[in-house]
Amino acid sequence: MSLKKVIERLLFLILVIWAASTITFFIPRISPKNPIRERFAALARTGGFSPGDMEKIVASFNTKFGLDKPLIEQYFDYVASIARFDLGISLNQYPKTVAELIMESLPWTITLLLVTTVLSFVIGNLLGAVAAWPRAPAWLRAIATPFVLLQGVPPVLLGILLLFFLGFKLKLLPLGSAYSTGVVPDWSFSFFLDVVKHQIMPALSLTLGFIGGWVLSMRGMGVTIQGEDYVNFAEHKGLPGTRIFRDYYLRNALLPQVTGLALALGGLVFAGLLVEGLYGLPGLGSVLNAAIQSNDFLVIYGIVLFITITVATLMVVVELLYPLLDPRIRES
Amino acid sequence: MATIAVSQPQLRQPSKLTLMLRYLRRNKSMVFGLLILLFLVGFTVIGLLTVDTKDAYPLSVRGKQEPSLKYPLGTDFFGRDMLAAMVVGMWQTALIGVLAGGLGTLIGVVLGFISAYFGGILDALIKGICQILTPIPAFLIQVVLAGSLDKRSVTIYTMAFVVVLLAWMAPTLVIRSQVLSMKERQFVSVAKLSGVGDLGIIFGEILPNLLPFIVAAFVGQVFVAVFGSFYLSVLGLGPLREPLMGNLIWAAQGQSAFFNGWWWWPIWPSLAMVLILSSLALINMGMDEIANPRVRRSE
Repeated sequence: MSLKKVIERLLFLILVIWAASTITFFIPRISPKNPIRERFAALARTGGFSPGDMEKIVASFNTKFGLDKPLIEQYFDYVASIARFDLGISLNQYPKTVAELIMESLPWTITLLLVTTVLSFVIGNLLGAVAAWPRAPAWLRAIATPFVLLQGVPPVLLGILLLFFLGFKLKLLPLGSAYSTGVVPDWSFSFFLDVVKHQIMPALSLTLGFIGGWVLSMRGMGVTIQGEDYVNFAEHKGLPGTRIFRDYYLRNALLPQVTGLALALGGLVFAGLLVEGLYGLPGLGSVLNAAIQSNDFLVIYGIVLFITITVATLMVVVELLYPLLDPRIRES
Repeated sequence: MATIAVSQPQLRQPSKLTLMLRYLRRNKSMVFGLLILLFLVGFTVIGLLTVDTKDAYPLSVRGKQEPSLKYPLGTDFFGRDMLAAMVVGMWQTALIGVLAGGLGTLIGVVLGFISAYFGGILDALIKGICQILTPIPAFLIQVVLAGSLDKRSVTIYTMAFVVVLLAWMAPTLVIRSQVLSMKERQFVSVAKLSGVGDLGIIFGEILPNLLPFIVAAFVGQVFVAVFGSFYLSVLGLGPLREPLMGNLIWAAQGQSAFFNGWWWWPIWPSLAMVLILSSLALINMGMDEIANPRVRRSE
């Protein structure tokens, strides 16, 4: 890939990040709702201070966050602060910054999403490839069908159904949270087992939910590739079926799937956040849930912006790494 | 010569209905999706005629009742009759889906046509905006948007509006690429040479040929809209009083329904949503097969 192409993609990435941050800047500001006033009005209702004090607090907050400056100036301050990864301060957990909150919860989210995305990508693509492979045994091809049927169902719904059957009816697995109540987190093996036990159902709902999409697109891809001349040629050459499947069929069908993975990332991450919220796991999803419940606006915007930037960056990275996977692009 | 004339009538074309049924037999996902949809529509229509829709709102019946003869699906913590809530929720989901899906498709068709047919700066602008917005996860921007609205003023219609604001890019790009390929076809050139104006070509020549793609885009958009509004409401960003499926699940989660043993509260809306979304996804797959003949080779 030429240097020009790389620079082009990086410029595109900057443009996407700029668009995302501009949207998250202007949407809340054109809305008639004043987040800070709203937040303190809620506090004032639950008791604590008089409305007169509230006006003072709101005014001091506005100066502190620069909300009394002209909009354009605010906008440039905002873009500059995002470039420094300064996403503001949580109103709800006051001295903590939004960046700190994200960093604390990120390891949980990354682990869960990485494991489930890789699992579902591998299983889904294998199932999809087999489903389109005419020489595969019928029972093997039939496994793909239920996943195709569930393809449109978001993981959070599967999560509720799993909670009902595995957690509520059969009482096999815990109903939520990161570890059993009363257990003190430490580095012991029993604590690790306890955590894993609590992660099974969330991971299962995400994996099962993601597989269908891969099965479907891989099956479509596989059908197209079977008609290709090089597959026919390999068959007539008398190559063993497994060799054709692996080297001629799977390898070529997989390439567009990698691009598909990059495109699907945003949806996968969001599905992951909802599942985390459902099970009360200490990841980004629960932080987002809590922020929405308590009108902690800077946290909501910060998480949204953070995920948008991460997803857009990963997409560009995949695109730049693509030539490593596909020799045809590398050499041209 | 005479023998040919005699044998000709025996090669009768099967009637259109038989052809359609034959096609549907091959397009299984379409049939399956339509059957589920038919069931859901039946449930909603019969429900709206027989159930008191007021019972779908809080404090209308005794709360926390298990499913029984009086309340076949039980009642929730806040005193909604779950059966009535399902009926009203289904109707509202359909409303959001059709409104937002229709609007998104309409925007997509108009922008796609302008972009592809007139080309130039307009095309570059529309295409560029679509490409920059596409990698931004729409759900997240919707969360910002819905979160910035005053919670009391959120209605079914604002939900539809929020969903549609970020769901017009995909149909725009699809319609654009189809118009681009179609405007180079011979029948368009013939129409141009015979002096048909731009509007005449768009509405008389291109649009009718695009109908399968527009219908497919519409089904896709309905799916996106239902999905998006579900995600927002399950996060507690929907119109909280309305019995939307996502709202009910969110409320049940907030009251730890499973811990307290009220399993029926989150289960019905979840099952309903599974049925709605898989039926739309299956019809979507079936539409793909019709609009995109490449996939049709699969049988």
